[in-house]
Amino acid sequence: MSTLEIRDLHVSVGGTQILNGITLTINSGEVHAVMGPNGAGKSTLSAAIMGKPGYEVTGGSVKLDGQDVLAMPTWQRAVAGLHLVMQYPTEVPGVKLSEVLSEALVARHATLPNLNKTINEEAARISFDSELVNRAVNVDFSGGEKKRNETLQLAVLKPKIAILDELDSGLDIDALRDCAKRVEDATNETGMGALVITHYSRLFEELKPDFVHILAKGRIVKSGGPELADELERDGYAAYAITA
Amino acid sequence: MTSALALPSTEEEIWRYSRIDELDMSKFATGKLTTTVEGGEGVQLTGIAATALVGAGMHVQPDMFAQLNTDTPDVIALHIGKNKVHTQTVVITHSVDKSGVVAYPRLVIDAAENSEIVVVERFTSADSVHSLVIPVVEVHAAQSARVTYLAINELGKNTWQIGHQVAVGERDSNVRLFTVALGGDYARMRAEVRLVGQGASAQQTALYFADGTQMHDFRTLQVHEAPRTHSDLLFKGAVKDTSKSVYTGLIKITENGTKTEAFQTNRTLTLSRGAWAESVPNLEIETNDVKCSHASTVGPIDDDQRFYLESRGVPPEIAERLVVFGFFDEVIDRLPQSEFLAGIRDKVIAKLGGAK
Repeated sequence: MSTLEIRDLHVSVGGTQILNGITLTINSGEVHAVMGPNGAGKSTLSAAIMGKPGYEVTGGSVKLDGQDVLAMPTWQRAVAGLHLVMQYPTEVPGVKLSEVLSEALVARHATLPNLNKTINEEAARISFDSELVNRAVNVDFSGGEKKRNETLQLAVLKPKIAILDELDSGLDIDALRDCAKRVEDATNETGMGALVITHYSRLFEELKPDFVHILAKGRIVKSGGPELADELERDGYAAYAITA
Repeated sequence: MTSALALPSTEEEIWRYSRIDELDMSKFATGKLTTTVEGGEGVQLTGIAATALVGAGMHVQPDMFAQLNTDTPDVIALHIGKNKVHTQTVVITHSVDKSGVVAYPRLVIDAAENSEIVVVERFTSADSVHSLVIPVVEVHAAQSARVTYLAINELGKNTWQIGHQVAVGERDSNVRLFTVALGGDYARMRAEVRLVGQGASAQQTALYFADGTQMHDFRTLQVHEAPRTHSDLLFKGAVKDTSKSVYTGLIKITENGTKTEAFQTNRTLTLSRGAWAESVPNLEIETNDVKCSHASTVGPIDDDQRFYLESRGVPPEIAERLVVFGFFDEVIDRLPQSEFLAGIRDKVIAKLGGAK
């Protein structure tokens, strides 16, 4: 059982305050959807949790099973059990996914005796062309391939808590279904907790949220169950996006 | 003798950024390198036949150093006959054994019509050796000839090099010039290809990595004097500590060079705050109907790439190593298979390892 506790998190970017006190607790096996209009601070939340340079935490805390996440460098946050699925996965020329996973496992002191076999099995599960594993990460990948690649890493590295930043952007229906289903399976099979950032509720056809939070102006303005997503689908964000 | 000639200075555009002002030729006496040639049977010429070949690929002296070499060259001449394929790689190894020497190795590769040859030339010295090497390699590729040349600079950290590569390609020939530069104190290479016959092609590829106080200085020239000629240049390097690199490249297409394709890319990673690199690409095109591009970048490792790898749990020093190797991957892919390149990854790792 793991818990990611975000308490009163304040974050600024380039001197502009983006997050104004976010509090969220995510336990193993739970899926928390964070929804909100453009500019609400959704991506800032994911970047700050992972320690992306340029995102300055100006207040609050983030703890994983009691460990101070904000005191760790990015790579140790990942080793501790956090994993970020990026909205726009970075192209890394000349670096193969197999190398990245292999080094990531070494850092975790985890030895997968048959990494290639695991990669191939996981690739097949989400219809990812395993040939791409030996190509440079994300370089010339389609939108769907990028997100399948991100999902494959999550499946191999088995984080305690995953942060998915707009998993549903830039990919087709089939890829969306494969990726969302694999994340849902991980919450059931390995008890992974998930913080799912998205605009749209179509992601929830395969990945069922237990909690839905509405983020607007850097704050969580409403929390509820899955029914909140249905309400948003019907009424939009207009009621939450009005200038305070 | 040599000290009587006027040295160029950094006032001249082609020597701008160089360390030529530090050079005192009077410190060096003309001497010999220790040189071995393997795999030259059947193609290596000797005596008068060898010296007669000098000038086969370079008939104009681009600068004073090329002139000095031409005046007193230590010649290795390779001639490969018409329709012959020399299956064995010719490996030339030069060693600078003592300080205070200036040496003028001259390699001539003369490939007759439809012939093929691969040549590797290595330059080595101990770190304690304070000397100067002024090498010239000239390549003449006759119609449909295919020449691959790889220069490996593994000179010690106190040896200077001021070198020239000049290649002439006739109709439908293909010349590939590769350079791997890891060594030397100040190591300059002027690399020129002239495509004079229709359909001739050339690739120029370099990998360089300077650390400590080294400086690598490249001047490249892609000259297209005939129609439908093709050149592709890719120079990628890294500078660490307080080292420096300079790249200046020119694509020149004369009015005869219609339907020519010419590409030039130079990218340099600056791995330390004190390291410095300059990249100056140029185009000079005197005709229409050509396809040309040049690209150059100088900068540190991309922050997003670093963050991406670290966010997977890869520690920073490993992430840096992966990104640097990824950066060089494109060049390493193009390099010819050679036993002398087998250790190149380790040498790059060793250079990375001492990052300050």
